[in-house]
Amino acid sequence: MTRDDVVEVLLGCLSVLAQEEPDRFKLDLSEETILFGYDAGLDSLGLVMLLLSVEEALHARHGVSVPLMDERALSQRHSPFRTVRTLTDYIIANFG
Amino acid sequence: MSFTADAEVVVITGTRKGIGRSLAEHFLKRGATVIGCSREPTDLRAGGYEHHCVDVSNEQQVRQLFAAVWKQHGRLDILINNAGIAAMNHALLTPGSTVERIFATNFLGTFLCCREGARLMQRNRHGRIINIGTVAVPMRLEGELVYAASKSAVITLTQILARELAPFNITVNAVGVTPVETDLIRSVPKEKIDRIIEGLAIKRLGRPEDVANVIDFFVRRESDYVTGQTVYLGGM
Repeated sequence: MTRDDVVEVLLGCLSVLAQEEPDRFKLDLSEETILFGYDAGLDSLGLVMLLLSVEEALHARHGVSVPLMDERALSQRHSPFRTVRTLTDYIIANFG
Repeated sequence: MSFTADAEVVVITGTRKGIGRSLAEHFLKRGATVIGCSREPTDLRAGGYEHHCVDVSNEQQVRQLFAAVWKQHGRLDILINNAGIAAMNHALLTPGSTVERIFATNFLGTFLCCREGARLMQRNRHGRIINIGTVAVPMRLEGELVYAASKSAVITLTQILARELAPFNITVNAVGVTPVETDLIRSVPKEKIDRIIEGLAIKRLGRPEDVANVIDFFVRRESDYVTGQTVYLGGM
């Protein structure tokens, strides 16, 4: 599983969720997309939905179990899930 | 996904004996597929029943259990967190290790199963989680501090988790059970049980079917507007 694979899965999940729940997911799709915080285009429940969707997609497409749980998940300053880029880095560092 | 009683997949923890076993048999009679677990093997053999040896306080084992449920059935409709342990003692005589052990099974075990179960349920945007509480919480019984506190934590978990899971159409409720004639209370002195029963409006021991009756209500399709509630048996 490469970094590009993870980015593709992440953006793919975001795209699907944005179609399913356009009121909750109001964001542009790129590695710089902010996923958590006051300036994010989704709320904390949206982040939970995204992470669950990413776990499922990574398992289905790449056969890897990626439990995205972290005590800093909802920390404004230290969340590893703050942007698509930091979330990708987190997944590669811990499960790549 | 539609929710029909004859197709329901149910996970019940602590099914080797007592209330858990009765609930497993109850749901089997309803035609459900029941996945039960306990630390030790069971002698329950029935079509539609699968048993896993799992310590619910072991995160890895719990994850494996629910991964197996998804792999085998591709859905989870109902989770009943029944596994629990109790110990009676005066606070001044209670070792810290007892507190850790009881909270590990009663609270951590319930949390882990709720988390993993809800992760499966949210995929189908449907689910019912039932936790088991106790009348020892509102009765504030002396000698049951640790057990009651652990179940009090389960009730708080139920109330907050209900809010967190509502967007996924998953309800979370609890049954506050009275003493039921099971192994769990055989070591409790009779005068203690009598005192609990004296504090109830309906003065008798609970029966497994009393518990099942409330759970049947919580899992009904029509109960999708009922969440975060604890129903105490016996008129607490």
